Amino acid sequence: MTASATPLSYLRFLRRVVVLAFSGTWRFYAWMTVLTAIALVGLNAWGHQLQHGMRVTDLSDHVSWGLYIANFTFGVGLAAGAVMMVIPAYLYDDHDMHDVVIIGELLAISAIVVCLGFIVVDMGRPDRMWHIVPGIGRFHWPVSMLTWDVLVLNGYLLLNLHIAGYLMYQRYLGRAPRKRWYLPFVFLSIFWAISIHTVTAFLYQGLGGRPFWNSALLAPRFLATAFISGPAFVIVLLEVVRWSGRLTFGDGPIRTLSQIMRVTVLLNLFMLGSELFTALYTGGAHSAAVKYLFFGSHGKHALVPYIWTAVVLNVASAVLLYLPRSRTDKRWLLAACGCAFLGVYLEKGMGLIVPGFVPSTLHELVEYTPTVTEWKVTAGIWALGLLVLTVAIKVGLAVWTGRVRA
Amino acid sequence: MSAPTRRVALKVVGATLGAGAFAYAGQPVAQWAADLSLDEVLRKHYKELSPEELAQILRRLEAETKETYGVEVRIEDTPAQEGVSFGYALNLRACIGCRKCAEACHQENNHDRRTNNSYIRVLEMEQGSFDMERGTVDYDHAVPAPGKFYMPVQCHQCDDAPCVKVCPVEATWKEKDGIVVVDYDWCIGCRYCEAACPYHARRFNWQRPEIPADEINPDQGYLSNRIRPQGVVEKCTFCLHRTRRGLLPACLEACPTGARVFGNMLDPDSEIRWVLEHKRVYVLKEELGTRPRFFYFFDE
Repeated sequence: MTASATPLSYLRFLRRVVVLAFSGTWRFYAWMTVLTAIALVGLNAWGHQLQHGMRVTDLSDHVSWGLYIANFTFGVGLAAGAVMMVIPAYLYDDHDMHDVVIIGELLAISAIVVCLGFIVVDMGRPDRMWHIVPGIGRFHWPVSMLTWDVLVLNGYLLLNLHIAGYLMYQRYLGRAPRKRWYLPFVFLSIFWAISIHTVTAFLYQGLGGRPFWNSALLAPRFLATAFISGPAFVIVLLEVVRWSGRLTFGDGPIRTLSQIMRVTVLLNLFMLGSELFTALYTGGAHSAAVKYLFFGSHGKHALVPYIWTAVVLNVASAVLLYLPRSRTDKRWLLAACGCAFLGVYLEKGMGLIVPGFVPSTLHELVEYTPTVTEWKVTAGIWALGLLVLTVAIKVGLAVWTGRVRA
Repeated sequence: MSAPTRRVALKVVGATLGAGAFAYAGQPVAQWAADLSLDEVLRKHYKELSPEELAQILRRLEAETKETYGVEVRIEDTPAQEGVSFGYALNLRACIGCRKCAEACHQENNHDRRTNNSYIRVLEMEQGSFDMERGTVDYDHAVPAPGKFYMPVQCHQCDDAPCVKVCPVEATWKEKDGIVVVDYDWCIGCRYCEAACPYHARRFNWQRPEIPADEINPDQGYLSNRIRPQGVVEKCTFCLHRTRRGLLPACLEACPTGARVFGNMLDPDSEIRWVLEHKRVYVLKEELGTRPRFFYFFDE
């Protein structure tokens, strides 16, 4: 039986969603309390930064972007990586993936929340945020790549909110969703996912004064790593969902996602090698940042532990993924996902943003090590993202599986 | 106590603790928000201000400076003059690396004293090489040192400025006389310009500038040396509050060797024109296509 849809029934739907978001087992409460506590620590640290200025960070006029922008960049990749569920589900008609694709869309939403959080805390004047709102402020579009990023990130957020929201509401009403209300948006979201990470790469790639970033390979590398971290996170998430017993699904989605990773981990290592060859064989000023990153320079080597840990983890994830055991034993696959996720986080975060600034444009070597305040804010934003994701998945699955309906 | 009552009691205690945690954690943000002035938050972009609105803002800023720093200052907004296009040249053979220019900039432009900020960095370079990799700004010995030459670097006021291009909110732009300025009251502090600049010309206010009252230069320009707010980007403006009124930049006046030449490039009789037409001129990072208005030259 299908219920009739009225504005009132939508409000009732929202009310039930809110109730659902705040009720659960003690495990749910414990998890949410821990996340809220971490988020509050972050909020407090950010307030401290707002009051005293960004001198509470270790950023400087030499290294003017650091941990926040590193996490932002990685977060955009995570959001874009979720599309690796959407493509098989809708383009290749993979029915198993279709059953769980909603999880990818909810992950995209949460990841974008994380990205926007990192942008806000990186701003010196968040009180002037409205200056960057198109139509109200002075939006320097299309010249500034940052305005493109505002458009694509918020557009991606809206697209996924619409798709997930529409599909869930129809499920709640017990109706078959109408294709024209979501399919065009799904296909648009596929292109959009590629665009968010391309534009984010272009932010750095387009700067002639920063040889480390000024490489045409940056955007392809960003996409390759996005299609490592996204599937890695989703595989872990799917296992958690399966373990919670709230959704039953076959092995198809995880098999597909790990196959994608088997390709992208190698692609990423190959591109990394290509970049290293170009920088180190050519030598000269263009290799200075790469040398500093991997080997240290003039007795300074703050990034060396980051990048080598990343390399080890990335290689380990590749090895694990190609071992036959990772196809049969979940624990091996999960270990591979953990390595891949962390490896990309380090390589694409601190290992990509900071060496863009070291050496500086006047070839000064000023190092950067994030302060406790920066780590607190960072942890807080990730906790906020996990809060959003937990609620979204909890509510989403309750509606998806028909446990909550009109 | 029966189970339901205990559950209720637990919930009440939990909710109270939770609310307390939220209030405590949010306090610094709330305090920061309370200190913001609505006038300032809702202010229009510099280019959209009427002369009356601008005048009002200048008076408000003067009052705020008095309140915060305890000094009477005069903040004016001198527009670009017709028929003027500024250029700056620096004689690499004359410069001895004394850093008097950087110091003069520090005082003239009301820089933060704690960080000893200046818009000029002087590189000590090795004779026979233009590789900045082999240069240093941290030299600490008598100058000029044998086997070295000195290259001060400041904003090049590029005609195709990467910093202007990347700014997402048009808080920085090029004026008619060629000077790239920042509206400190419009900048959102994203520091994309700082990442984009190839000359390390931009500075961020990591905190509210600290300057003792008796050291504040009271002769201030809205787009140049007025004391900057916390959390925004600033840069060299060729001292436009001086140069637009016919004075020379502070760095030039401080130079003991006469290495610096500044003037209107549209004036055929100006010294800058003569230098550009007769000397061997070197443009730093010319290959980046930023088209600077700052030139290095070699005298015989």
